Amino acid sequence: MAILGAINPMLSVGLDGDNAWRLADYVKRGGYVALRRILEQKLPQEYVINEVKKSVLRGRGGAGFPTGLKWSFMPRSFPGDKYVVCNSDEGEPGTFKDRDILRYNPHSVIEGMAIAAFAMGAVRGYNYIHGEVWEIYERFEEAIDEARAAGFLGADILGSGFNFDLFGHHGYGAYICGEETALLESIEGKKGQPRFKPPFPASFGLYGRPTTINNTETFASVPYIINLGGEHYLEAGKANNGGTKLFSVSGHVNRPGNYEIPLGTPFATLLEMAGGIRGGRKLKGCIPGGSSAPVVPAAAMMDCTMDYDSIAKAGSMLGSGAVIVMDETTCMVKALERLSFFYYEESCGQCTPCREGTSWLYKVVHRIEHGQGRPDDLDLLASVTGNIMGRTICALGDAASMPVQSFIKHYRDEFAYHIEQKKCLVPVDVQRAGSGFFTATV
Amino acid sequence: MEIEIDGKMAQVPDGSTIMDAAQQVGAYIPHFCYHKKLSIAANCRMCLVQVEKAPKPLPACATPATNGMRVFTHSELAVKAQQGVMEFLLINHPLDCPICDQGGECQLQDLAVGYGNSASRFQEDKRVVFHKDVGPLISMQEMARCIHCTRCVRFGQEIAGVMELGMANRNMHAEIMTFVGRSIDSELSGNMIDLCPVGALTSKPFRYAARSWELGRRKSISPHDSIGANLTVQVKNGVVLRVLPRENEEVNECWISDKERFSYEALNSPARLTRPMVRVDGTLREVDWNSALDYVAHALKDIVATHGGESFAALSSPQATLEELYLLQKLTRGLGSGNVDFRPRRRDFSNDGQLGGIPWLGLRFSEIKDLDAALVVGSFLRKDHPLFAQRLRQLAKNWGQVSMLSVGGDDPLIDLHAQVTVSPADLPLALARVVKAAAQFQGETIPAGLDSVEADATSQAIARSLLERNKRAIFLGNAAEQSPQAAQLHALALELARLTGATCGFIGEAANSVGGHVAKALPTALNADEMFAQPRKAYILLGVEPELDCYNPQQAVAALKEAALVVMLTPFNDGAAREYADVLLPTTPFTETSGTFVNAEGRVQSFNGVVRPLGDARPGWKVLRVLGNLLALPGFDYDSSEQVRAEIVPAGEGFVGGLSNDLERGAWLLADAGEGLQRVTDVPIYFSDPLARRAPALQKTRDAVAPTARMNADTLAAIGVTDGVPVRVRQGTGEAVLTARFDETVPARCVRVAAGHPSTAALGAMFGAINVERA
Ligand SMILES: Cc1cc2nc3c(=O)[nH]c(=O)nc-3n(C[C@H](O)[C@H](O)[C@H](O)COP(=O)(O)O)c2cc1C
Ligand code: SF4
Ligand code: SF4
Ligand code: FES
Repeated sequence: MAILGAINPMLSVGLDGDNAWRLADYVKRGGYVALRRILEQKLPQEYVINEVKKSVLRGRGGAGFPTGLKWSFMPRSFPGDKYVVCNSDEGEPGTFKDRDILRYNPHSVIEGMAIAAFAMGAVRGYNYIHGEVWEIYERFEEAIDEARAAGFLGADILGSGFNFDLFGHHGYGAYICGEETALLESIEGKKGQPRFKPPFPASFGLYGRPTTINNTETFASVPYIINLGGEHYLEAGKANNGGTKLFSVSGHVNRPGNYEIPLGTPFATLLEMAGGIRGGRKLKGCIPGGSSAPVVPAAAMMDCTMDYDSIAKAGSMLGSGAVIVMDETTCMVKALERLSFFYYEESCGQCTPCREGTSWLYKVVHRIEHGQGRPDDLDLLASVTGNIMGRTICALGDAASMPVQSFIKHYRDEFAYHIEQKKCLVPVDVQRAGSGFFTATV
Repeated sequence: MEIEIDGKMAQVPDGSTIMDAAQQVGAYIPHFCYHKKLSIAANCRMCLVQVEKAPKPLPACATPATNGMRVFTHSELAVKAQQGVMEFLLINHPLDCPICDQGGECQLQDLAVGYGNSASRFQEDKRVVFHKDVGPLISMQEMARCIHCTRCVRFGQEIAGVMELGMANRNMHAEIMTFVGRSIDSELSGNMIDLCPVGALTSKPFRYAARSWELGRRKSISPHDSIGANLTVQVKNGVVLRVLPRENEEVNECWISDKERFSYEALNSPARLTRPMVRVDGTLREVDWNSALDYVAHALKDIVATHGGESFAALSSPQATLEELYLLQKLTRGLGSGNVDFRPRRRDFSNDGQLGGIPWLGLRFSEIKDLDAALVVGSFLRKDHPLFAQRLRQLAKNWGQVSMLSVGGDDPLIDLHAQVTVSPADLPLALARVVKAAAQFQGETIPAGLDSVEADATSQAIARSLLERNKRAIFLGNAAEQSPQAAQLHALALELARLTGATCGFIGEAANSVGGHVAKALPTALNADEMFAQPRKAYILLGVEPELDCYNPQQAVAALKEAALVVMLTPFNDGAAREYADVLLPTTPFTETSGTFVNAEGRVQSFNGVVRPLGDARPGWKVLRVLGNLLALPGFDYDSSEQVRAEIVPAGEGFVGGLSNDLERGAWLLADAGEGLQRVTDVPIYFSDPLARRAPALQKTRDAVAPTARMNADTLAAIGVTDGVPVRVRQGTGEAVLTARFDETVPARCVRVAAGHPSTAALGAMFGAINVERA
């Protein structure tokens, strides 16, 4: 993938494919100016947190929680080390933006983490990088070395007396390690399993110390906020949805890839940037925020603008900004079967409703898809998802349930047809015609 | 804080959970993963309850109570959530209750009756989970029953100190297992069977022996170590089939060690002695009680008449009951002898005349958690005292500083502040270093004899931990009591206690290590060592197996072989006794007699027999009573063991009086570390008493592997052998051929050879010179 297009970009300004990721390039683009200004002008910690609050930067990892507010939860006077942790685990199906940020603009993340550490008084940072993108982990380590050599990391940064060191850490590809507390367990060398909250990481985080976890893109946006000023950053987006965001567009579009656009940009614009639907076909539905987000049917989707509030109004979530586009050749039962398999497979197995429930969901959707569905199955799925949602340790239980509920809600006919007729409503040859995979191999 | 649960108000301290509050008002919330002694996992989700203003049901075990919170444990929302969880738990459960050992005492079965459906909506194939072999004690044969509550995992991490079970894999394929191919070796492992709410972890020795509802439950007290764990002994048709912990927060909490849990197998051993035996023409023959006791009485009378009372000696095990110990010493003194003792593993008795009272732990077990620092001197702690070690483990977890000064570097699985491992001869010196450091810190004059002692950094760290904080304690372990310099160690520990303000005490080897003092089973003439060093004509041995239980088995057995009369009161008819005993009198183990143990903290714990004596076996106190009568000794007219006890401790007394570790005149003279190789001896946990030795399952554990000659690399090299090579080990007139083993934790110029096993019974003193050469 690559960053294929942008409107009023920030993160992707001045990038030149693989040729501009080094420290010198970043500095040329205005990099480390924000950190330098904060340290040299001895700006107070509150100043930084306030600018982030004013920017209404919302977490880019999935939940969209306001970042400035999250930072202000960190205890001020804590005797001992505090940590900042960057979540680059990026395992959500459809999401592939963080690895491009780390590949093409790693110093923005380093600078953002250093600023965050300064604002919260943290002395140490970790970036937890998805296990399957090894070369990106290596690149990040190289970028850290550059930053350390240039005095942007380590002891007494830029002579200011501020100490902060940063380390890369790579996972092994378990989706659950993207959940922030499982991620902390994993860094600690334990099995990646979410912790029960409360206590929240801000009071009991990494090694039991106050910790703030943010997504890669969240940290990467911070230097731009400090440079622009919080208010200007907010204006670059839309009220309550500050700034620009990277969207990973995948599925039945002509140009799948990452696009940086201001929050509030119409979905139609984004679709157009991605080259429109393949073969000029019609949109059937779209998952606008990564596989956990409820699916939105075509008409409602076309009315959306790409921001947290508009997508929420359409009954879904902006999530991580992974836009999965499905055209009319898609069998929604098969699509759901694949999603349900993912959640069943990736459940950490710790808590009863998710461990048992996700496999049950998958088995039922699987049998519907394979012509073994039973008349009660849709009620059964509704009941099982109801028994999972809100009753698990982490949000994976909800993430597994929401696709099931939304697919059945919006495409009930298709599921019913499958159960009754024991085959797809969308004829198989139509599905194959729409599938890049089958045209390539059949 | 005030919180309302189902309309009832509860006052709870800060940091309480809804579950805590519910327990206070007696509201039952169904649960599986929650256990009061373990960390909160909140994974089973059975405890979901409704909380006012919360949009979704919350887990009671993990949700902090807040002031004014209103909780409904049985509202429609709560019950629906609980039913939903129960359905999930059952979809993959085999529901094989009719053939499950847990049936009748299964939390899942009980709750499923209340929350489960009669038919399943789950029509798919159930999960299959492979069985695992993890050793002789725990069965993991039916792991499909596991509900993934992780109680077993947390027990290992938090209580046993070693994570032997973990949850591997994820999603519905998550399963509980050991690290690839490993067995479960913790000495506390059996508690996981109790903790497992279902029939996934079951007891191997107990498997399919009985259904839980067929078993009678009787109270008892553990006869093994000095903790005095409270037991529930389960019996069917007069046979003990299972032993479980009986909760007593002040003693064993809700745990017992595997030794306490699985030793019961020895009670039903084919080696039980069921009829008296007398040696006639060189062979032991079964006789009736009257003949046996007549024979003993006459023989004793003859010997005493001819050779004087001093020609007779009596030695008891420290695991005998208070009543038995008392009657034994009374009988001995009645025969005009002062040669009675109950401390077969001791060598140094030079403090006997100096004791300010009955040596004991120095504090109550329940006070350990409040300590800020503790020093353990001379102990193989984890195997000698599993539950005591467990308490110190919790202490260390809660930031208490625990240090060890010992002769073996075994990992106590405690997060130690400092650990010093020295040769047995150097143990007083190592303790003296700490004393010196403490004196220096306190600006006190250096105690006499310690001028040339140098306090190194570790000694200083230990001294400092004992000085800096509030409540501190020094504990002398088994090896410190068994040491040939036990008196010096005692005196040094007292001096350290005086300098630092810490308490000083003895952990105590066995169930009645304090009780023996209370019963006055102490010598006024020859002690447990002297009575063999200066052989006597006649002996009575109560519950001891001298070749395995004595400090110097070689010396003891030699004396016994020469004696005119050896009378053994024992439950067993096997072992070396057959070579030297003239009379075997079948006495009962703790399950077949009433009696009393006084544990290390001075707690008096009486118990009743739980089953009838096997065959013609009789309680020891009754045998001694009749013997006293036959010998026409005054004061042996007892009708019950309670009458005997009443003569020793006042009725209703919870703790014995007169406890003190003071010495009237303590002194030390640091001896030179001996020349040449020194023996370091541990008594492995399952070789340490007659019951454990005869429990087949325990004997199959890793802790019961036959003794080897363990040495560090330098010692191996000096002898010219390598790991795995057979070596001849010699002490005095005895020798044994053992396998040399490399063990970096053995101190320099030492060889570690375990006692309590027939293969090393021919050897001599537990500590002292030893010769090793290639076999
Ligand atoms: C199952 C699961 C997987 C998650 N995976 C990721 C991930 O890959 N990357 C990420 O940034 N956040 C992920 N999250 C969200 C994080 O828990 C956390 O909310 C986020 O890292 C916070 O960062 P933000 O506030 O900057 O968005 C995941 C959450 C759940 C429940
Ligand atoms: S919800 Fe699923 S993934 Fe999250 S803790 Fe529970 S079992 Fe693990
Ligand atoms: S084996 Fe038993 S204790 Fe361990 S997780 Fe399974 S059900 Fe819980
Ligand atoms: S008892 Fe609360 S979640 Fe298991």
